[in-house]
Amino acid sequence: MKGFRYLKDATTLELREPACIGCGRCLEVCPHQVFTLANTKASIVDRDACMECGACALNCPVNAISVDSGVGCASGLINEWLRERKLPRGGGACCS
Amino acid sequence: METPAGRVPLIATELLFSDRLGAWKTRWGIGRMNYLVPPGLYAIGTPGATDPVVVTANYKMSYDIVRSQFGGRNVWLLVLETFGINVWCAAGKGTFGTGELVRRISETRLAMVISHRQLLLPMLGAVGVAAHEIARRTGFTVRYAAIRAEDLPEFLDKGRVTTSAMREMTFTFRERAVLVPVEFVMALKPAAVIMLCVSLFGALLGRPGAGIEAAVAYFGAMLAGTAVAPILLPWLPGRSFSIKGAVLGFAWSALWLLLTGAAWNSLSTVAAFLVLPAVSAFHALNFTGCTPYTSRTGVKKEMRAALPAMGTAVLAGGILLIINGILG
Repeated sequence: MKGFRYLKDATTLELREPACIGCGRCLEVCPHQVFTLANTKASIVDRDACMECGACALNCPVNAISVDSGVGCASGLINEWLRERKLPRGGGACCS
Repeated sequence: METPAGRVPLIATELLFSDRLGAWKTRWGIGRMNYLVPPGLYAIGTPGATDPVVVTANYKMSYDIVRSQFGGRNVWLLVLETFGINVWCAAGKGTFGTGELVRRISETRLAMVISHRQLLLPMLGAVGVAAHEIARRTGFTVRYAAIRAEDLPEFLDKGRVTTSAMREMTFTFRERAVLVPVEFVMALKPAAVIMLCVSLFGALLGRPGAGIEAAVAYFGAMLAGTAVAPILLPWLPGRSFSIKGAVLGFAWSALWLLLTGAAWNSLSTVAAFLVLPAVSAFHALNFTGCTPYTSRTGVKKEMRAALPAMGTAVLAGGILLIINGILG
């Protein structure tokens, strides 16, 4: 994505290349051009661009991709943390 | 209009004043969680059995943006039940998902209405829809056409080709600016409570005017984090949102010192430079949820470092102000 970069080494994305059948779905669904396809195998070319949306893993027909997907949202994470500790949550309907 | 699967509502592609007003209101957080249209199949123009089927969410703003692209065209619009949530957020929650798409295909009896078996989905819907599962369960193939609905006419005109530009996420000045009102409105309620407390606290400890001044200083720091940080996002230093916010909070502290500095002493100055950047940093960090490029792991990593730092800064600033009040 032009003009924007988030933290380095902050993704759980993994691709098991031996399992890949080269269908290209991951390239089709990734909005950050993380993957490339060469010799009927996908590979990761821009790992740090991954935002862990999980579209690639969900759309991979052979489960060659894994990612701990979720929303990169601070208030969502705070709400999640409060919920786990059964504490009252503040306002905000987003990511609740 | 009549179809082999029964009557399908015919919808317009031009947005009325009421549609624009509705969008404006939701941008300001008015009735935002209850802005929806009924799910189902809709007809645009006079679509036939071979015309494209475009899938979207039942958030009215999503539906309006999509239908307004198709002036003079014949298109089927399949609206999924996402409970008034936009495509991407609904896909993340799973409501714009495989199960709902399968259900909606069968409920609308889509297979009787069209002769082809291709569905055009928004790319960000892929977060919730597994294309191979749709194919297996319904026989329909899923094409993720483009990220933005605005690219759909070009996609259709050029033989259904997704260009690399259509596949690439953007976060333009305009795309960021439209998110500001709702951020600001959502921050306003807690800010009002805090400002009231700060005013009372300040009035008790210092001059009567000091409380009001401190409350305005807080408001400025909140505004820097919720409005200025999103607008200036790519130009602010650092990758971390809290650092971007802290830089703005620091700038705001300096400006506020210039404007009202005559009444400050060294303790309250240090306190302001501790607390205000922390407030701006917190609000800027909250904006991570509105951007299309922050990862969950990244935000967790940032929060682990930033939240304790913010807490310490606010606590230290508060202690300094109390000492200042006692001494003063």
